[in-house]
Amino acid sequence: MNVLVFIEQRDGRIHSASFQLLTLAEQLAGKTGGRVEAVVTGQNLGDLNDAISRGGARKIYVVDDAELAKYRVLPYCTAVCAAIEASKPKVVLFPTTFMGRDLASRVAARTRAALAIDCTEVSLDGDGITVSKPMYAGKFSGKFKLAPDRLQIVTVRTNAYGAAPPRANEGVEVQAVSLPLRDSDKRIAVKEIAATGSGVKDVTEADIVVSGGRALKTAENFKIIYALAEVLDGAVGASRAACDAGYQPHTRQVGLTGKVITPKLYIACGIDGAIQHLAGMRGSKVIVAINTKKDAPIFKVATYGCVCDLFTLVPLLTEELKKMRAH
Amino acid sequence: MRILTIVKHVPDSNVPIKVRPDGTGIDTTGLKYVIDPFDEFGVELAVQLREKRGDVSEIIALTQGPEKAAETLRVALAMGADSAIHLSDPIFESFDELFYASVIAEAVTKQSTPFDLVLCGKHNIDLDAGAVGPALAEFLDLAHVGAVTNLEITPDGRRFTARRRIEGAEEVVEGALPALLTIEKGLVEPRYPSLPNLMKAKKKPLTVLTSKELPGSASHKASAQIAYVTPPPPRPECKFIEGEPAQMAHELVRFLRDEAKVL
Ligand SMILES: Cc1cc2nc3c(=O)[nH]c(=O)nc-3n(C[C@H](O)[C@H](O)[C@H](O)COP(=O)(O)OP(=O)(O)OC[C@H]3O[C@@H](n4cnc5c(N)ncnc54)[C@H](O)[C@@H]3O)c2cc1C
Ligand SMILES: Nc1ncnc2c1ncn2[C@@H]1O[C@H](COP(=O)(O)O)[C@@H](O)[C@H]1O
Repeated sequence: MNVLVFIEQRDGRIHSASFQLLTLAEQLAGKTGGRVEAVVTGQNLGDLNDAISRGGARKIYVVDDAELAKYRVLPYCTAVCAAIEASKPKVVLFPTTFMGRDLASRVAARTRAALAIDCTEVSLDGDGITVSKPMYAGKFSGKFKLAPDRLQIVTVRTNAYGAAPPRANEGVEVQAVSLPLRDSDKRIAVKEIAATGSGVKDVTEADIVVSGGRALKTAENFKIIYALAEVLDGAVGASRAACDAGYQPHTRQVGLTGKVITPKLYIACGIDGAIQHLAGMRGSKVIVAINTKKDAPIFKVATYGCVCDLFTLVPLLTEELKKMRAH
Repeated sequence: MRILTIVKHVPDSNVPIKVRPDGTGIDTTGLKYVIDPFDEFGVELAVQLREKRGDVSEIIALTQGPEKAAETLRVALAMGADSAIHLSDPIFESFDELFYASVIAEAVTKQSTPFDLVLCGKHNIDLDAGAVGPALAEFLDLAHVGAVTNLEITPDGRRFTARRRIEGAEEVVEGALPALLTIEKGLVEPRYPSLPNLMKAKKKPLTVLTSKELPGSASHKASAQIAYVTPPPPRPECKFIEGEPAQMAHELVRFLRDEAKVL
């Protein structure tokens, strides 16, 4: 049973979640004597094959075309479908990113596949795939069996699986696939990609996220949150109350109507832990809550709790980390 | 310009949800439902487009769901949609986004006049997927733009420029109508329907379609079957760190480094 992994790249940088998928693909394919294959789509991709191979792929389908220079769902969908045609896999894995969700859904519709989005567990069960995925704003996890009579398409939550350390390149097979572009694939053009947040990492990209809530009281006060995020090389997030009050832009909002993230470490400062906020971060590996109210619901999901004024503790924490880094 | 806005009836995020004793789904008895917050953005956008432009001739809201989902259509009508379509049949019920999209696509294709703009939420707060919009676009052979945070349509109503949110950046894309857009938070602020408008909504036309009118949908099988629903994996009990603030900071860093190993 071959498993095809979609390697997400932008400007020649592979999204780290792609390597996590290669590890999962090996677990799935290994059980059946199948092969881990990868598809990478874009322009000028030659340099990426080594990294993809060291991540565990045995064969790489490369769709390299000027029309794929920037992500656009229609040409990318056509490119991935061409690779599926060539690879004839049983399962295709995508990362649960903006690109992965968007593309996997369209590819699944075009190939009339079975689809499951944002899975935290993926296993082989007889002739098909069984997955677990969050439902009802993360309040539950649902177990689903995909209809085995068709292609299985799954997007996998970032950090649900760890990436294996890179291995030696054992000589990977590379197949160039040409892009059977249709005129209708050109209906949308990308004009510009505008970075948001002046160079600060986005919450969806960082392993560590420090978030502030309404307790911060002003936009200015967020500077202590930024200082802590900086020593941790992390990103800054916020609750909806903090975004709605204008302390932070909506792009930083974590939660039901914000971003859903699963970093290794999430530090919630002055965030109460409303169910809609938990929906966005309860899957984080380690959660630290700093709150003056001992019965705040955030402590129900926290790994470590500090009942303390954030304006006192956050700067001390930043100093402590600086000291640790200096050693 | 004709606008179709797709809405879903979902459990209110504020209320606790219980699992059915057999574990195969949630207990919906007495559960409070609302219009999905992302779909509410879609309806609001449609209504604002009509208020700003002279050329929006019709706004139709469509849902697929049980009888009670008509309440969500009434909300859309009270916000300003002209008429509503309710796809309602037990065989339409599933946990499969592709199945939903194929049923909705069949209903849309049956409409006498095509739509210039189809609006969906970025994702729904029940299945947490965001798959229905892109899949529906594929089935209708429309281009789509996902997670739109800003939209401008040219005065002639032929072309649009949209901003869409991606990791750490925003893409500015341009295309022609017709198209399907999925709406992200921040594009518009939904209005509360006023009492008179809620009353008026009761008189607006609402058409119910079943598998009799949509025979094609019955021939598709859902691609995903739910086995059971469980609470998310339990999190370990919170370890409270005591002491003076300085000591607390010191201890916390030690735990994060030596115990949790995340530093
Ligand atoms: C449909 C819907 C969608 C929503 N989506 C989201 C979403 O995506 N994300 C989101 O976050 N919310 C969302 N919400 C809102 C959510 O219900 C809460 O209102 C919001 O999360 C509260 O933000 P907060 O915790 O910052 O503020 P508050 O509830 O005001 O909590 C502030 C916390 O800070 C603590 N505090 C105060 N001063 C200090 C201090 N000096 N030091 C330490 N602690 C202090 C308080 O004890 C309190 O716990 C949504 C709501 C709805 C209805
Ligand atoms: N049963 C349904 N009825 C109407 N619209 C739906 C339905 N399911 C999904 N949608 C639409 O598709 C979007 C994405 O849904 P989902 O893929 O389930 O997250 C929603 O915001 C709705 O606009």
